[in-house]
Amino acid sequence: MSIVTPLKTAAEQALVQQFAAVKAELPGSPVVRKLREDAFAGFEAKGLPHRRLESWRYTDLRSLLREAKPLADGGNVTAGVRNRLAELKLDGVRLVLVDGIFQPDLSTLENLPAGLTILPLSDALVSGREDLDRILSGPGVAETDTGLMLNTALMRDGVFVELAAGTELAAPIAIVSLASGDAERAIFHRSVMIAGNGVKATIAEISESAGDAASQINAAMVFETGDDSDVQHVRIVTRHAAATVQVSSLLATVGANAKFNSFALACRAATLRQQYFVRYAGEHTEIGLRGASLLAGQEHCDVTLVMDHEVPHGTSRELFKTIVDDEATGVFQGKVIVRQYAQKTDGGMKSNALLLKDGATMFNKPELEIFADDVVCGHGATVAQIDGEQLFYLMARGLPRPQAEALVLQAFASEAVEFVENEGLRDFVIGEIEAWLANRDSRNG
Amino acid sequence: MLEIRNLVVKIADEDKQILNGLNLTVNDGEVAAIMGPNGSGKSTLSYVIAGKEDYEVLDGEILLNGENVLEMEADARAAAGIFLAFQYPLEIPGVATMTFLKAAMNAQRKARGEAELLTPDFIKAVNAAADKLGIAKDMLRRPLNVGFSGGEKKRMEILQMALLSPSMCILDETDSGLDIDALRIVAEGVNALRDASRGFLVITHYQRLLDHIVPDTVHVMSKGRIVKSGGKELALELEKSGYAAYGEAA
Repeated sequence: MSIVTPLKTAAEQALVQQFAAVKAELPGSPVVRKLREDAFAGFEAKGLPHRRLESWRYTDLRSLLREAKPLADGGNVTAGVRNRLAELKLDGVRLVLVDGIFQPDLSTLENLPAGLTILPLSDALVSGREDLDRILSGPGVAETDTGLMLNTALMRDGVFVELAAGTELAAPIAIVSLASGDAERAIFHRSVMIAGNGVKATIAEISESAGDAASQINAAMVFETGDDSDVQHVRIVTRHAAATVQVSSLLATVGANAKFNSFALACRAATLRQQYFVRYAGEHTEIGLRGASLLAGQEHCDVTLVMDHEVPHGTSRELFKTIVDDEATGVFQGKVIVRQYAQKTDGGMKSNALLLKDGATMFNKPELEIFADDVVCGHGATVAQIDGEQLFYLMARGLPRPQAEALVLQAFASEAVEFVENEGLRDFVIGEIEAWLANRDSRNG
Repeated sequence: MLEIRNLVVKIADEDKQILNGLNLTVNDGEVAAIMGPNGSGKSTLSYVIAGKEDYEVLDGEILLNGENVLEMEADARAAAGIFLAFQYPLEIPGVATMTFLKAAMNAQRKARGEAELLTPDFIKAVNAAADKLGIAKDMLRRPLNVGFSGGEKKRMEILQMALLSPSMCILDETDSGLDIDALRIVAEGVNALRDASRGFLVITHYQRLLDHIVPDTVHVMSKGRIVKSGGKELALELEKSGYAAYGEAA
């Protein structure tokens, strides 16, 4: 048997050099250092994810990353960053990352609600916690993903949020991650939320750029939520530089009798891969993953998810709405795995796309892998144009075509948006969608 | 006043010709009924007047108060005063009924160069019109037509008609799917809007609706043309004899 060593691209070679140069200074206990080394070895063996890997088929990171940008090693708090932070209206606790580095001065760390602990990830990584290995590794289905391996190897900072059992937060926690965008950088960050039994909380992840320079962002968000918990996650990816390439991974392990709901908005998100690895750690748990992606120009947005039903009586719902304009590309790959003992699983997965121009593309690939024999699982995927009948109805009432189209598109996205329970975050999402639709009018007009 | 002259229309993507030189005039203040069998082109006529794109006009013109509307998009025709009450009103999930009503009213006002409605005035107008039609507040809070019964949808059409105050109202089989009570409410809503400046074109299969909305003129449509015109007694005659005399079975 011969071992084939693939020729490395310039970006892959640069990453090897970068890792060698920084691994000693990246934060980590011995356990974390080993995780980093192992992850990087995994990356070296496989290289950047490319289109011959089924799970990366439509997002060829190897060809997207022609070069590896310099690693960000400090947050550059520019005037643009400060202005944007001043503009953002968010309730609750605000945790700010700039170029992937936690900024205590820009965050609201005083008078935290009881039961909430916040650490910079860089501190947590050296804390010697014995469960770090498990937490950082996430669900088993994430193990072979090279995008995530790079994050594990090179993550520099983020936040580590812990909620003690029984904590109920009245207002959301928002992790605001801004790329300063004043120079081209590669940003690797990860945040963690550990929620004890019975926790009720909403956590938002906001990813934006405050400048026009391209970033390469590799972000990860890890959840471990306890029994009887109810956690809402809202991710908003917007206002990025056109040449930015981002991989955003969500790893979730959810306890018994719990609820975990995630919603993701991608709009003005440049090139974005959102991947989900979700595992049921206990029975009678309901998990929902939903999102709306609005794509224009040459933008590319990939949603790839793996729902791993390991235990019986799990319910999963996925609903992704994608609007593709111009020459943009949308991707949905959803895989629901129902293992042999996961009887009475109830799974429903839907991906709906609207193509607005001839040059727009959508790839839809829902998959079910069912090894149990007493389950209810379904999936549906549609790709269509704006419904001409609906449009005519609205125009016959006097709405000009652009306004009628905007109303239909907003309604299309809202089927997923309405799952955002927190009003402030929902308004944020709707505001970004309205701005995108208004911008579409002016581009077409 | 609506004047239709020698209208020849085919389906855009097919060779099928639906309207074959149709002539019709509806004066201000007149309620004109069009009756005819299935497939005679009644709904096509209503869509072509309102500006649906699935049709190609091969010949003829449609004049609203002397102005040819065929070059206008549907929204411009609505702003000019044409209103079509749909046979099958569309469900639009995710669009709140109130949001839609306000957007429609303001779009038409804007097209006519009028100021936007103030929210309190808008709400007052909607509530008053809804009360008359027996439309519950709860219906106004739901997404447009979603989960509405057939009768509720038709009442919602008449509500829109009342709020938008068009000069030419086209009712496409508004009686279909209505029970007798709903029919009466809808007909009362329409009758309340009758005045000297407003014309109505009421399209129906059956005499029944015309017992409640009494027409000034009745036109029989067959194979894409008006083949007979008369007064309201013509509707009663048709109810007895059927459409067979006009070359088509019912």
